[in-house]
Amino acid sequence: MMLTLALICLAAAAFFFGQRKAVSVTGGRTSALHSRPVYHGWYVALACGLPAVSLWFLILLVGDWMIDRTIVAALPGELREASAPVLQRFLNDAETLAAGGVPTIELTPELEAAAASFRRLSLLEHWVGFGAALGIGLIASGIAMRRIDVSRRTRQPVERVLLIVLLAAAAISVLTTAGIVFSVLFEAIRFFDKVPILDFLFGVKWSPQIALREDQVGSSGAFGAIPLFTGTLLVTFVAMLVAGPVGLLSAVYLAEYADPRHRAVAKPMLEILAGIPTVVYGFFAALIVAPALRQAGISLGLDVASESALAAGLVMGMMIIPFVSSLTDDALAAVPADLRDASLGLGATHQETVTRVVIPAALPGIVAGFLLAVSRAIGETMIVVMAAGLAANLTANPFEAVTTVTVQIVTLLIGDQEFDSAKTLAAFALGLTLFMVTLGLNIVALRMVQKYQEQYD
Amino acid sequence: MVESKDTPDAPCVKMRTRRLKLWYGDKQALAGIDLDVPEHQVTALIGPSGCGKTTFLKCLNRMTDTIEGVTTEGRVTLDEVDIRDRSVDVVQLRARVGMVFQKPNPFPKTVYDNIAYGPRIHGLAANRRELDDIVESSLRRAGLWEEVSGRLGDLATGMSGGQQQRLCIARSIAVAPEVILMDEPCSALDPISTARIEELIDELRANYTIIIVTHNLQQAARVSQMTAFFHLGRLIEVNGTAELFQSPTESMTEDYITGRFG
Ligand SMILES: Nc1ncnc2c1ncn2[C@@H]1O[C@H](COP(=O)(O)OP(=O)(O)O)[C@@H](O)[C@H]1O
Ligand SMILES: [Mg+2]
Repeated sequence: MMLTLALICLAAAAFFFGQRKAVSVTGGRTSALHSRPVYHGWYVALACGLPAVSLWFLILLVGDWMIDRTIVAALPGELREASAPVLQRFLNDAETLAAGGVPTIELTPELEAAAASFRRLSLLEHWVGFGAALGIGLIASGIAMRRIDVSRRTRQPVERVLLIVLLAAAAISVLTTAGIVFSVLFEAIRFFDKVPILDFLFGVKWSPQIALREDQVGSSGAFGAIPLFTGTLLVTFVAMLVAGPVGLLSAVYLAEYADPRHRAVAKPMLEILAGIPTVVYGFFAALIVAPALRQAGISLGLDVASESALAAGLVMGMMIIPFVSSLTDDALAAVPADLRDASLGLGATHQETVTRVVIPAALPGIVAGFLLAVSRAIGETMIVVMAAGLAANLTANPFEAVTTVTVQIVTLLIGDQEFDSAKTLAAFALGLTLFMVTLGLNIVALRMVQKYQEQYD
Repeated sequence: MVESKDTPDAPCVKMRTRRLKLWYGDKQALAGIDLDVPEHQVTALIGPSGCGKTTFLKCLNRMTDTIEGVTTEGRVTLDEVDIRDRSVDVVQLRARVGMVFQKPNPFPKTVYDNIAYGPRIHGLAANRRELDDIVESSLRRAGLWEEVSGRLGDLATGMSGGQQQRLCIARSIAVAPEVILMDEPCSALDPISTARIEELIDELRANYTIIIVTHNLQQAARVSQMTAFFHLGRLIEVNGTAELFQSPTESMTEDYITGRFG
């Protein structure tokens, strides 16, 4: 901590002096420099920081190893001969004790002695590392300082470091995604070892049982995911029935009819709607919409379940309205003014221009927006967990309770089970299916958007 | 009234502007334009960039209505009727005064649907056969029929720039306008396509009154009978094309056509 602060100060000072030196060597005419002063500053700062940090890590690594060796060497014979895991555990406990924690093994004089020497040695390691890092930082930045002159090429090394940092950041996101995909894929494959993939994809009965004992093989349940898929589709369908027309019409209003003042108010409002946490929509669905629908159903003589696909779908639809409308709005705005002029110039009215030219021209973009919204709806979890129910009904009746892929993933993973029980692994298979579908939708949508943009380069 | 009466050799005036002024916000773009546009002739508008040629053209079919913050003053008449009069509907006006833009702007629809667009909204065809006829005759008049007769179902946006621009001309012809406004119709085209369109303009003159903005003085000299020179929102000089190019009366016109500025 202290070292970090000290290093930052040192690097900042290095930056400052490097920059100033670069300015001063030119006598104020900085245009004579090969690289701008700020690059010289960064150059010196990096020359200070990089070796210091590397040395610090090196000392920690070597130091920890040496501390362990020293402590083990000081142990009485029988402990020293113990097996590696036991020894490791002893060392960990010594470290815990040294840090003021509670060890997991019995407190013995040996352990206390080890903890004491651990404390002493790591303090030493700390200060050695601190001194060495600061020292090398100072020396390296000093050397870098002296090398600054008018023709010094400091831009290239600094930009190379910057490039590496950027690359590393990009690599992290790509690698994480790949990691997630592969782990889901492998667990899903393990699931398909236990349950045939066709039974999973086309089975109509979903009742994953809890295996109470490990030997209770017969109770692994039925894993036919069709009711989950239909439930997801039903909720998504209801949601799109709401979000499609409302989102489209509001976008048409905003893009084509609203005067700029209304637009300036309405657009941020829609975006706020997109920022509401889904859990809020969830309890809105469960506590307000679902009971209201049930009441309305009773007065009409309909049997509406207290958790229904309709309630979840309606609220989910509200949630994705801003999504549909903002993508549609973008698509409409991307239609070139040329086309509107052409239509108006032929004597078309504003409304004819919108319905016959602007919307058809924006159609690929609009459809892509719808697909993205569908993929959002399919992956949405909180609202359906709270409002759609858990019953795996195979039904197309929106008044009944249904369950969705996402809801089942949540319920499968809640509670204690063996990690490699079929029930837990089923969650991965469901997750994989979900991922494939949304990925497919996204790819199709993005390609449509791309082709659409090419059209109006 | 200084307006000239019809005489056998002086063609009658199709469109007329009087003291036409226009502001974009508080910036004046037209400072009182008086221009007579003779029927069945090609009138060329020339002048340096930003002098108000496009703006003037847009006043003639009230495309300026679609621009935010525009105010106008003065008279614009079509067949001696003020087009800003309450009795004139802008939709009908634009059917009578068509426009072809600087950049070819076909709709992303088929060739057929592009041409049929205007006739459909104005209800010019009672049935599919009449519509087919309008499409064919418009394409013929625009000199495009031979090239596209077999490809009416293809997307218009896939055609070459020159074909697209002739398609746009055909599209405006399809609503049977009386006047066609063209705003630098060849500026985005290669020399061969340009020559095709110049020929076309010459042919169209028999049936339509044409006003063309051009940056190309040779083009103005080749296709037009009348030329009007604009500068900074003013109409400096207007005359028969031959007279204007051979013996301009204003020194500013002379400077411009001899390339001393602009
Ligand atoms: N939509 C607009 N808003 C504000 N000013 C405009 C607009 N269109 C044109 N102008 C201004 O009006 C003047 C005339 O423009 P324009 O008619 O396009 O000239 P030209 O076609 O002769 O090059 C220019 O100074 C231009 O900047
Ligand atoms: Mg112009």
